Amino acid sequence: MSARVYRLLPAIIAGGALGFAVLWVAVIAQPPPIEGSPGWRSTTFGSAIDDPTSFLYTLLDAVTFAGLLFIVASGFTLIFGLMRVVNMAHGTFFLLGGYIAYELQQKMTGQGFAIPGEEVNTWEWIAPVLLAAACIAGIGLLVQQSLLRWNQGQDLRQALITIAISVIAADQVIAHFEGGNAVSVTWPGKVNRLVDLRILDVQYSLARLTVLALGVAVGVALYLWLYRTKTGVVIRAGVDDEQMTSALGINIQRAFAIAFVVGSALAAFGGVVGASQGAVASGQDGQWLLNSLVVVIIGGLGSLLGAAAGSLLYGLVFSFSATYLPTTGENCCTQYSIVFTFILLALVLSFRPRGLFGRPG
Amino acid sequence: MTTALPAKTALPARTVAERSVGLAILVFAAVGPLFLNDYWVNSILTQTFLVGIAAASLIFLSAYGGMVSLAQTALYGVAGFIVGNMVTQGETKGLNLGWDPTLAVVLAILLTTALGLVFGLLAARSVGIYFLMLTLTFAVIGNYFFGQVTLVSGFSGISGIDRYTPGFIGNVVDHPNRLYYVALVVALAVYLLIRYVRRTPFGLALQGVRDEPVRMSSLGYNVPLHRALAFAFGAFIASLAGVLYVWWNGQIDPQTIGLQATIDLLVVAVIGGLGRIEGAWLGAFVFILINNYVRDIEVPLVGGSFNTIVGLIFLAVVVISPSGLMGIWDRIVSTQLGGRGGGDPPAVAESRAD
Repeated sequence: MSARVYRLLPAIIAGGALGFAVLWVAVIAQPPPIEGSPGWRSTTFGSAIDDPTSFLYTLLDAVTFAGLLFIVASGFTLIFGLMRVVNMAHGTFFLLGGYIAYELQQKMTGQGFAIPGEEVNTWEWIAPVLLAAACIAGIGLLVQQSLLRWNQGQDLRQALITIAISVIAADQVIAHFEGGNAVSVTWPGKVNRLVDLRILDVQYSLARLTVLALGVAVGVALYLWLYRTKTGVVIRAGVDDEQMTSALGINIQRAFAIAFVVGSALAAFGGVVGASQGAVASGQDGQWLLNSLVVVIIGGLGSLLGAAAGSLLYGLVFSFSATYLPTTGENCCTQYSIVFTFILLALVLSFRPRGLFGRPG
Repeated sequence: MTTALPAKTALPARTVAERSVGLAILVFAAVGPLFLNDYWVNSILTQTFLVGIAAASLIFLSAYGGMVSLAQTALYGVAGFIVGNMVTQGETKGLNLGWDPTLAVVLAILLTTALGLVFGLLAARSVGIYFLMLTLTFAVIGNYFFGQVTLVSGFSGISGIDRYTPGFIGNVVDHPNRLYYVALVVALAVYLLIRYVRRTPFGLALQGVRDEPVRMSSLGYNVPLHRALAFAFGAFIASLAGVLYVWWNGQIDPQTIGLQATIDLLVVAVIGGLGRIEGAWLGAFVFILINNYVRDIEVPLVGGSFNTIVGLIFLAVVVISPSGLMGIWDRIVSTQLGGRGGGDPPAVAESRAD
């Protein structure tokens, strides 16, 4: 009896926490009172029943952020899934991608620092994206061939090598790209506006919806590539059994190189999208390494579906904990939203140590 | 003692050599303040001792538990922030509880060890590279926590902690040598404690868990529990370093435990050598020397600063000698004196997840 309870404990706790969170957002939360001090139920907007418009905004923020998370984390999980390389320089590739695209866009439009959206045409956004992704893909290939290839199987050593690269690159970014200050890539004018969703009077940023669309597009493209092409078959075979695949006469090293190139390019692509949506700045390499790590630890390393699920969960927790925590008093409580990332991670790991879709071995 | 050594056998030449070098360094450290200038005593050596303690907690987990943890900086920061919150009296961020410093230190060590146990229980079932990533996540979340939660710290951190030390240390600015000796004694105690723990039944079981988790499990050992307890012990050591750090530095802020600091501690441990405890202080000394004397050099050809140099050295160590400077020492000693090593395998070279 007690052993059974003990085994079910994580599930009970997780279920209870989830149920309470849903109830809280749906009905318990209240908008702050017009006068007097807010009570323990006071949140920024109040419950979803009271204020469905704000709820919808928060939900849209969550899924569009998840789109960006997925672009970056899918590259991370692709590299890990095939090669067992934890690329600690993934956040660095993100940052470099953003900065390279910024420089290119500045050159193309001939503008200084901040560019008004309407002066950027679609091509002036797509060309920097492609070039930045190509540059980072080249750097990724170089790193993989010169430093990681001969260490195959020593995963800790490979992780340390990529950490060394991230240390050097972080310093080089400060030396060569605007002193590491925050810069933004400008969305093309066509997407840089609000659209009327025709539900509950929501006017939502088309740019953010584009991020979501790009995330979905990356997911679909990766799925088709991995499951419908010959290269994809080779890569999946390499994930399952590297030695057998290479014994069958397949050039597994080529598959490794391709996976590393695609993974690095996705990090750079994510960097450009991130720089367009907000900004990139020195120090964000660590933040995006963390984001990728959290997503793939939740979802399970090496799993595309896991990366999608992890992105969505992380995006939801991130967005809702920032908006729906009580706002009582000066020191409470929205600042604790970071703790919820940890709680999410702890809940998932306590009953799925390899993440939601991770496979043993 | 479970490993009863035969009494009165002659020690191997290697052990004699290492003990003589160790003793010489210890004597030098003990009399150092008599002839070294203040800069060396306060800035370089005191910092070496305390950073070495933090690195020793990382190396302990790596060498005997097979777990490379990136959470040690965060745990060390947690201890520092707890002390800072408890001892200060107004005029800075945080809770400003104004408690007795000795009580604060004891509580900080206990709470940090408890937190280490919680982290350890969460991470115990992950091994190798998964463990590295999970502890990195702990570390970065810890950093953001102290950055965002203004109740306990906020972005600017807590300052003026060095005015509230236990009586025998006094004001650190007025009596830097006292802190120097405290740090030296704590470092020596940590070193001896780790050497003792690895010979205890727990330490031996831990090394069994490192090498053969499945076999240990089938022998009836609780593998996750051993890992979690080792992690808690590592947190205990890291908390000592954290307490010394806030006394030495006087203030602590979220940047103290940021990603840069986390990587720096890993660099210290890797440069020293992940396989041997002695490497902690050797790595700390080398890193701090570079940090202090190579600061203003502009890197030729590529540009960049001190961090580019550190990164390049780190890369060179990982590529050339994965067991760090202690690994180079081991190689020199074994070619000169013969005989096999002390039984601690280099951690990086042969660790494979799963």
